[in-house]
Amino acid sequence: MSNLNKSTTHTLSVYVANKPGVLARIAQLFSRRGFNIESLVVSPGIDGKFSRMTISCTGEAEGLDQIIKQLLKLIDVLHCIDHTYDQSVTKEMGLIKIEVNSSGRSEALQIAEHYGCKTVDLTPESMILQVVGNPEKIDAFEEMIAKFKIIELVRTGKVVMSRGSDIT
Amino acid sequence: MANNAMEGGQAIIRCLENEGVEYIFGYSGGSVIPIFDALVTTQTKINFILTRHEQGAAHMADGYARATGKPAVVLITSGPGATNTLTGIMTAHMDSVPMIILSGQSVSWMLGKDAFQEADIFGITMPIVKHSYLLKSSNEIPRVIREAFHISTTGRPGPVLIDIPKDFSAGPCTEDLHAKMDLPGYKINSTPNKDTLLEIAEALGKSKRPLILAGHGVMISGAENALRALAEKCRIPVTNTLLGKGVFPETHKLSLGMLGMHGTAYANKAVCECDLLLNVGSRFDDRILGQPAKFCKDATIIHIDIDAAEIGKMIQPQIACVADARLALEELIKHVPILETKEWCKHLDGYKVKYPLKFKRQGSLKMQHIIDEFYKLSGGKACVTTDVGQHQMWAAQFYRTDHRLNWLSSGGAGTMGFGLPACIGAAFGRPKDLHICFVGDGGFQMTFFELATAALYKLPIKIVVLNNHYLGMVRQWQELFYEDRKSGVDLEGNPDFVKLAEAFGIKGFNLRRPGDVKRVLKNALEYNDGPCLINCEVEKTENVFPMIPAGAVIEDMLIEPPARKMEKPTGST
Repeated sequence: MSNLNKSTTHTLSVYVANKPGVLARIAQLFSRRGFNIESLVVSPGIDGKFSRMTISCTGEAEGLDQIIKQLLKLIDVLHCIDHTYDQSVTKEMGLIKIEVNSSGRSEALQIAEHYGCKTVDLTPESMILQVVGNPEKIDAFEEMIAKFKIIELVRTGKVVMSRGSDIT
Repeated sequence: MANNAMEGGQAIIRCLENEGVEYIFGYSGGSVIPIFDALVTTQTKINFILTRHEQGAAHMADGYARATGKPAVVLITSGPGATNTLTGIMTAHMDSVPMIILSGQSVSWMLGKDAFQEADIFGITMPIVKHSYLLKSSNEIPRVIREAFHISTTGRPGPVLIDIPKDFSAGPCTEDLHAKMDLPGYKINSTPNKDTLLEIAEALGKSKRPLILAGHGVMISGAENALRALAEKCRIPVTNTLLGKGVFPETHKLSLGMLGMHGTAYANKAVCECDLLLNVGSRFDDRILGQPAKFCKDATIIHIDIDAAEIGKMIQPQIACVADARLALEELIKHVPILETKEWCKHLDGYKVKYPLKFKRQGSLKMQHIIDEFYKLSGGKACVTTDVGQHQMWAAQFYRTDHRLNWLSSGGAGTMGFGLPACIGAAFGRPKDLHICFVGDGGFQMTFFELATAALYKLPIKIVVLNNHYLGMVRQWQELFYEDRKSGVDLEGNPDFVKLAEAFGIKGFNLRRPGDVKRVLKNALEYNDGPCLINCEVEKTENVFPMIPAGAVIEDMLIEPPARKMEKPTGST
């Protein structure tokens, strides 16, 4: 059975030293083992010496287990946690630019309002809608708003945070 | 320059002195001139050895580290100088050998602009180092060098590369040379979990047919005495990996010698029949597993390793202990009972009698004969280095190793060309010991230029070129699995190796007949004016047995040449 057949999307949170080269080392571990990184968010930690990476990737759980162990071996990695099966808070933001003029505008705004979107740019021929939520919500919004012509779509990739006293 | 400042290059040399470095192996070039200059201006006691090629420098540092247990330094220039060390770095990485590589680099403001002799060696080496640095300032030198040595030599050792832009080795370093390390992400799990050890002791207590598999990790952690005490107390037979030669005396009654693809029949049979396998410091390499899914499938498997990523990578053990092998075994021995293994040991002794390692002394000259005779004449006490291929496996079989640090061979990487420079590095580290380097005619020609280094320093090495005019191991596969279609294995055009040696000022001997083996080898051993080379014209088409075809189950081991036609192997190489 190939990796693809039993693959799941996993979400890892990796806390690393904020240094050049760290991302390359991490990306290499994934590509060497045939894992595709679907989204990657990197931002500075509370202490600027460190960075937080949230990595979503697809592949077989067994292979991922080995990748996590290899990640932990990297000198620049402080910790790595698989959040795939826990109840962490998961958020993503999307910006969607649609082609819309005065005739369709109120319907577009109605859909947007249902998903709690903000209008962040408006021209006579287009608008940019900002949607925030878990990735499934953004998928659903994308589907609904697709009745208008989507000119551009940008998603941040998801970020996670553990609930309560658990460490991300 | 500030009053208290020294040049970056000088700071580097002083920091290397603080780390106890004795040898730097390297090759000069434009971007490292400030460091080479510092070798002179600091009047350092560190010995610099100018090799003939950067690959030679890396293998020498490797050989030095394997023979002494201490790291050596490789110092090379940017671009091609750095890329020439890749094979050596990869070889050290695969076999967990400590090594510090200092590579010169273009000046920092030219990085990424295709400067003369610029290569992104930091990026190129990423998958083959334990860690690496690209210096950002001269003042980072003390901290980075301390960290590099710490990382390279602790936990599971490995090579660490420091890429040094020329402006930082030339610029002023005002930092305290005893800078603090800053490694918040580097954790070494050396302390064993006591409950896990009790669990292991209980499993051992229940075992009727236990077997210890001892790997390189035993040597790295210095666990030989603890291993021997455990094996003797519990009367457990021990088999060792290729790199584990020397962690348990191969002449010991409980030793089964090396297991795996070309291991002893009795070691492999013990693996098939044991009811408990205690793996200490081996990574279950594919050379010893056969088919991983069928490996030891009825046995309780216990794995002790300092590298958590090795647990379950190839084989999922029932009990795993992430710890330093010595600490684990020293604690474990307090809890294990004495086992009743008399029957089991007797059974395995039967295999030793039935399937001994053997060869024919009559007829054509055999590599095995030469290795066996060298073993006897040297009392098994030499520090042996090999290259890669048939001769490597025969050396592993017939030159039994009783002591740590006396067996140097490229295991994981299987690097041809490793043998001669590694032996030279070993001889620098242990100049009073006898060094024998078994090389094939193929691998020897990949790095023979280092004969110059051996000759210059009059190193006490015996270079045994086991010359069958073939790339023998591949030829063996072609004979067994590809209907003897020889392709790309005939080394016609070999030079006269004795004349070649003489051209470097090295004494050469020829050995052609089995009847001459003892006499020629004695002469070579008695020769004491630097290195000597023995060119041995051996049987061209001898094959190594036992053999487990790659990807086959261990039970399908060929103890002798097969009578039937063999299928092509399914496993890798």
